[in-house]
Amino acid sequence: MKKIIPQAITLLLIFLIFGFFTYNANVNMSNRGMEFGYSFLKRAASFDIQFSLIEYSRESSYARAYLVGLLNTLLVAFSGIIFATILGLIFGIARLSKNLLIKEFAAFYVEFFRNLPLLLQLFFWYYAALRILPLPHETEGFHNFYITIKSLYTPSLVWENLSIFLYLIVFSIILIFLLKNYLKKIQEKHGKQFPILIISIVILLLVPSSAFLFGGSSFEIEYPVYKELSATSGTFIGGLAIPPEFIALFLALSLYTGTFIAENVRAGIEGISKGQKEAAASTGLNQKQILNLVVLPQALRIIIPPTTNQYLNLTKNSSLAAAIAYPDVVLVFAGTALMQTGRAIEIVSITMATYLSISLAISAFMNYYNKKVAITEK
Amino acid sequence: MFKYLKQLTSLVAMVAVLFTFTTETMAAKKSKTLKNTIKKDFVRCGVSQGLAGFSNADAAGNWEGVDVDVCRAVAAAVLGDANKVKYTPLSAKERFTALNAGQVDVLSRNTTWTLTRDADLNLTFVGVNFYDGQGFMVRKDSGMKSTADFKSGMSVCTNIGTTTELNLADFMAAKKIDYKLVGFEKADEARDTYGAGRCDAYTTDKSGLAAQRTVLSNPDDHIILPETISKEPLGPVVRQGDAVWEDIVRWSLNVMIEAEEYGVTSANADMMKSSENPSIRKITGAEPGMGEKLGLDNDWSLRIIKQVGNYGESYKRNIQDTGILPGSRGPNALWTQGGILYVPPLR
Repeated sequence: MKKIIPQAITLLLIFLIFGFFTYNANVNMSNRGMEFGYSFLKRAASFDIQFSLIEYSRESSYARAYLVGLLNTLLVAFSGIIFATILGLIFGIARLSKNLLIKEFAAFYVEFFRNLPLLLQLFFWYYAALRILPLPHETEGFHNFYITIKSLYTPSLVWENLSIFLYLIVFSIILIFLLKNYLKKIQEKHGKQFPILIISIVILLLVPSSAFLFGGSSFEIEYPVYKELSATSGTFIGGLAIPPEFIALFLALSLYTGTFIAENVRAGIEGISKGQKEAAASTGLNQKQILNLVVLPQALRIIIPPTTNQYLNLTKNSSLAAAIAYPDVVLVFAGTALMQTGRAIEIVSITMATYLSISLAISAFMNYYNKKVAITEK
Repeated sequence: MFKYLKQLTSLVAMVAVLFTFTTETMAAKKSKTLKNTIKKDFVRCGVSQGLAGFSNADAAGNWEGVDVDVCRAVAAAVLGDANKVKYTPLSAKERFTALNAGQVDVLSRNTTWTLTRDADLNLTFVGVNFYDGQGFMVRKDSGMKSTADFKSGMSVCTNIGTTTELNLADFMAAKKIDYKLVGFEKADEARDTYGAGRCDAYTTDKSGLAAQRTVLSNPDDHIILPETISKEPLGPVVRQGDAVWEDIVRWSLNVMIEAEEYGVTSANADMMKSSENPSIRKITGAEPGMGEKLGLDNDWSLRIIKQVGNYGESYKRNIQDTGILPGSRGPNALWTQGGILYVPPLR
């Protein structure tokens, strides 16, 4: 009883506070004749978006425009997380290198990019670094890659029956997962070890490539071709065009977050005492086994929780896109759509719910992974 | 009989006094905004974050421009002093929310009058103080002479969240040009990105193009294409639901345009008071009764003209003499001089 009363009071207070805010907003909005509702999402957006992963035109609805912005946010967050993790792993390990040059270079990278404000770095990449690139008609190109101030133009793959290929990749991943569990059971029973890594690679290479032989999948390479727009400007048609807004945001986010992940990796590896490795060696494990069976499982426990935070930070920081015209959910939805409709409360609430959901999803996945690598006490 | 007459006249006088008293207070009473403005002793005015000629703060922090002059006129009319204005710089994104939330009472920020804004956002546009239209700026050496030279694959820099963005989408769709929009929240970012070569064209209202062109590193390298692709009537905005305040702002603007039409300037306003023309007598307050109807005193219009000037003076000072649009006034000339500036009569 004693425990319940304070909790009930707290709960009541929270209800009252939120109730007050809702009531206050309601009264003030009706006083000003503003209505509340989400029906505007069905109306035609009537503006264009620079860069979209799905089909979108000015006749699409506001809901569709939201989806375009959301996917652009996820794209830059996802690719940023991958690249930041790779950078973090490389530089985290490099900081422990015995080679002085590598070690100092890694230390310089971490200290330099970690200690400058992210917005400043973003401005540097977008307004300084990517501005000195040549115009499309001035560039020679490098093996069909053209780096220009307008975009990075690269060849792209034009697929036939891509879905069969993708299904086979999923299928082979499931196959590897099942096989791994089966081989582990055999190992536990009979003590026989299998080269799981090599088997996995072979499956991953062979099964999907059968799509080309039997499934009718194929692809052609499409090259960007120069098109003149006027006497002094041009563009490239065909292939893939990656806009500088994306590149700047991607570089700034991953270089910045990579430093924090590098420090997490270093802390994780240094957190394993020398005695652990020596003890493992004395039981007859080789170097690879020591790393895989003793050092990494323990280091990951130290690395993962703070790295989760960095993933969340990177995702939230991607909203700085609005400063450099990358059409993410903040620029497209909480920016353009808000200004065109004037529905501030509705749009901001949707945007907040969006970031909350993305963050919670990342947390949930990382917690699951953390539980998997945590030491299970028996 | 004479006894009664004396009583009758005093009664009539009393009723008349009472009547004028009540009409004055009625107007003031009906308008919460007017009451608050008088109490605060300054007009709360929403302006841009800096657009030369329209609303721009000089080095000393004094605001100037044709949009600023509307707020100064309201302050002169209501409070007797054109300097009693508190300016709030607002981004395109903030402006309507700031007005609706009561942060400002007049929004005079190069804002285009459209149906959606008028009806859907609970705003009231009180008039037009600048007739603008959207245009394009391109590099001179590109050889482009008109929008007919636009080709699919081009990129265009602009500001997001404005009518500009919607007009551009409509225009390009009609011309079947597949283009890339590079949209910024701030005008200077859009301009600099175009200047660096990221975009083939920069689009905004033509007055804005002219103002931004002067700031580019080599203004002569850029030209403004002849076409105007949209109507952009810019004007002051107030909140819906305060008819008295709405009228005060509307007629503060109208009186400036009316004064130009009848040749009343800040220099000759006092002299014009003795004019025989009834219209001029009404503008200068020599013939009383106009201010009363708005809940103001009789000299409201004279103060506007003397402290702010008529529309032509404001235009010359802010738009022509600053070199933004030094040439002819185009549609912003009076209807009597080949333009479309036409206001209802002040009577």
